[in-house]
Amino acid sequence: MKHLLSTQDLSARNALRLLDVAEEMAAVGEREIKKLPALRGRTVVNLFFEDSTRTRISFEAAAKRLSADVINFAAKGSSVSKGESLKDTAQTLEAMSADAVVIRHPASGAPARLAASGWIDAAVVNAGDGTHEHPTQALLDAFTLRRHWAQLGGSPSAGSTLAGMKVLIVGDVLHSRVARSNVWLLTTLGAEVLLAGPPTLLPVGVASWPCTVYYNLDDALAQRPDAVMMLRLQAERMNAAFFPSTREYSRRWGFDDGRLALLDTMGLDDTVIMHPGPMNRGLEISSAAADSPRSTVLAQVRNGVSVRMATLYLLLSGDQHDEPDDDLQDLQPATTPEGRTP
Amino acid sequence: MTVPASESGIHKRVVLAEADIDRALTRIAHEILEANKGSRDLVLLGIPRRGFPLARRLAQKIAAVDESVDPDLITGQLDVTMYRDDLRRNPTRSPLATQLPPSGIDDKVVVLVDDVLYSGRTIRAALDALADLGRPRIVRLAVLVDRGHRELPIRADHVGKNLPTSSRERVRVHLAEIDLIGGSAVNEVVIEDRL
Repeated sequence: MKHLLSTQDLSARNALRLLDVAEEMAAVGEREIKKLPALRGRTVVNLFFEDSTRTRISFEAAAKRLSADVINFAAKGSSVSKGESLKDTAQTLEAMSADAVVIRHPASGAPARLAASGWIDAAVVNAGDGTHEHPTQALLDAFTLRRHWAQLGGSPSAGSTLAGMKVLIVGDVLHSRVARSNVWLLTTLGAEVLLAGPPTLLPVGVASWPCTVYYNLDDALAQRPDAVMMLRLQAERMNAAFFPSTREYSRRWGFDDGRLALLDTMGLDDTVIMHPGPMNRGLEISSAAADSPRSTVLAQVRNGVSVRMATLYLLLSGDQHDEPDDDLQDLQPATTPEGRTP
Repeated sequence: MTVPASESGIHKRVVLAEADIDRALTRIAHEILEANKGSRDLVLLGIPRRGFPLARRLAQKIAAVDESVDPDLITGQLDVTMYRDDLRRNPTRSPLATQLPPSGIDDKVVVLVDDVLYSGRTIRAALDALADLGRPRIVRLAVLVDRGHRELPIRADHVGKNLPTSSRERVRVHLAEIDLIGGSAVNEVVIEDRL
């Protein structure tokens, strides 16, 4: 892998490898000395054109735990507000010899543009672009789900897939890059994905996605999902009348106390509730649901660092010049140095 | 013992057979006990992948001599991938699990176990990895084969067999726990040389 731009073109093999490496990175997070020298002397730039707390902090912690140098760049207070283009910003970073650029941008496709344009030689990691994709969020969700699923099955999570798991994604799919990345990745890993949301908040063409769509949350819950992922209602992107009122949205599409109790009455003791954060408590998720033992919200944040460490490690270690085509090379086992047993 | 050259043009020579490996490990187990004056504070850490099964075998041999030892409680695995100095020069390696015995490694006598000692760079990485995990009282090194060609000032305390080799040759260790050759589990050390 040279870049991580989307989960749509991520092979099952590469996705599993990343999750397995993340499993080892998680073990490092539990040690007293939470640092590895693997990326010593490499520079990671966090290029954030959109507000973010957890993703930026998570990437920063991941890079620092791998001993990389981190430069944080926020569009506010930079020359971008003076009208600098993405190309000029990229070339500035190239001149400072950045090894990896973690980019969040309001325009869908900006990371792909950065990776394909030749403006910059660094590895590009998509940390959320417009309404397109947010691959590391999907990877950390898959990591969280895989640990839960493996624990239920009584097997180690390393090497396992999500085969047989039913995951329900609820809410504003239209504006959600998290939902898109999750649909592709979870399907690749063998899970069955269900979507539920008001028709106005489901994108055109959703019928061609590899998932089943429900227009009623309670019908979807009747399918007995193993995990329910609530999406954030993106108030900053609500530029049209998608639903009459937030109260109506909350009643029809929110994971409220009644639906939390419903999981118990249905006997779904092992169903977890996920949320990518930041949560609108009382809107798409009730406080009781967010703080219940079913909630994986904090585990997701914790796993985010491990998954991002794995991403940076896999993109930055190794001799990239020997890997002209990632997928072809990645499928072969790592060659061992002359004379050494693997 | 010489095996005829295979059709791929690689000359293979078995230098240690199953019984030789077993004898060498028995001797190393006794040497470890002797050097440590018993089994007190002993921890055996295998370096993946073949160091780990070797560490387990050594622990079982130590337990056979000293009944107070539970082999599962003194063995562990130490992954050194993230500490290697050649990460940027080779295709990306996936790290493997590091598992320490429940007693930890602080103030213990840690014996690092690996299959082949060559340049010494793996052991250098292992020493760095160890320092991030705790502070052992003593660190020793046990290897099944020492093939020479050291690039760092590192030597083994316990050696199964010293093998003078040419750097062109490859030393391969096959252990039944990991290696299946032609469908059967094999224990052997082979030197391969391209003709």
